[in-house]
Amino acid sequence: MRYGEEKKEFWAGLKVGVPVAVGYIPIAVAFGLLARSFDIPNQITILMSFLIYAGASQFIGVNLLVLGASYSEIIITTFILNLRHFLMTAALSQKLGEEVSKKWRALIAFGVTDETFTVGVLQSDKKMSKYFILGLNTIAFFSWNLGTWLGLFFATSLPYVVKASMGIALYAMFIGLLVPNIRKARPVLVISCIAIAVNSLFYWLPIFAEISKGWGIIVATIVSAGIGALIYPEGAQKT
Amino acid sequence: MMLVYLVIGMAIVTFIPRMLPLVMLQNVTLPSYINRFMGFIPYAALGALIFPGVLYSTGSDHLEPAVVGCITSIILAFLESNLIIVVIGGIAGAFMMNMIFL
Repeated sequence: MRYGEEKKEFWAGLKVGVPVAVGYIPIAVAFGLLARSFDIPNQITILMSFLIYAGASQFIGVNLLVLGASYSEIIITTFILNLRHFLMTAALSQKLGEEVSKKWRALIAFGVTDETFTVGVLQSDKKMSKYFILGLNTIAFFSWNLGTWLGLFFATSLPYVVKASMGIALYAMFIGLLVPNIRKARPVLVISCIAIAVNSLFYWLPIFAEISKGWGIIVATIVSAGIGALIYPEGAQKT
Repeated sequence: MMLVYLVIGMAIVTFIPRMLPLVMLQNVTLPSYINRFMGFIPYAALGALIFPGVLYSTGSDHLEPAVVGCITSIILAFLESNLIIVVIGGIAGAFMMNMIFL
C-alpha cells in the first residue's frame, strides 16, 4: 500500500471512531472519579486505563479491590469478563488479510473492545485495512485515557443529570449499529433477538443468578450466532 | 506498590483473549459453518450487549429515561441517521426524562 493510501485509511479509521470516543469520555471520567473516591493511587488508575484498557474490567477491578477481594480473584474475574473477546477477535481475524503479520495483529488486538470491534467490522463486507483499524483503535484508546485523566484531575463540573444521561451513549451507538442492519437483512433481526432473549434469561432467571454477567453475553453470542449459522446457510449478509 | 502487579496481571488476562485468535488464525481457513458463525457474531454480540444493559445505563432506579433514550435511538437509527446523531439523540431522550425523574 502506498503511503498516501495508508494515511487515508488511518484517517478514515479515526473518523469512524468518533462516536466511540464520544461515548468513552463520560465513562472514563466516571472511572477516574470512582477510583479517586476509593483512594486508589492516581498512578495506578492511569496505568489501568493505559495497560488494561477495558472499561467493565477496570470498574469491577476497583470495586473488588475495595471489597477486599484477593488479587487472584480479581484477575480471574477479569479473565472471565474478557472471554467474549475471543469470539470477537476470531471474527475480526476473518476480516483481515493473511498478509497482515503477527506483529501487526498483536498491535491491533490490544485495541479491540466491544465498541471498536462492532464499529469496525460493520463498516463493510470486504477485508479491512490494518491502518483503518489502527486509526479506529487509536482514537478510542486516546479518549479512554483522556477521560480517565479528566476524571482524576478536573472532574467534575457537569451536573449529575447530564452525566447520568450520558451513560446511555454507548448503548445508543450499539443501537445505531444494529438497527440499520436489521432493516437490511432478516437473519440479523432473528439472530439479535435470540441473543437478547438468551442474555435476558441469564440476567433475570434466578437459577443463573450466581453466574457472572460476563458469561451471559458469551453464551448468548455463541447460541444465537450458532443458530444463525445453522438456519441461514447463505450467511449474514444476504436477505 | 503491589498494586502494580495486580494491574499487570489484569492487563495480561485482558490482552490474551484479544490477541490469541488474531495471531493464531492468521493462515487458517475455516469450514463454512464456522465462517458463517463468525459472520453472525457482531450482530449476536450487539443484541446481547444492548439488552438488558441499556435499561440500567442512565443512573437511576427509574427505567423511563433509559426507555425513552433507547426508543429515540431506535427511531433515529431506523431513519439511517449518522451514528453520532443516534448517540446524541439517545442522550437527549434520556436527559429529558432525567430532568423529570432525577
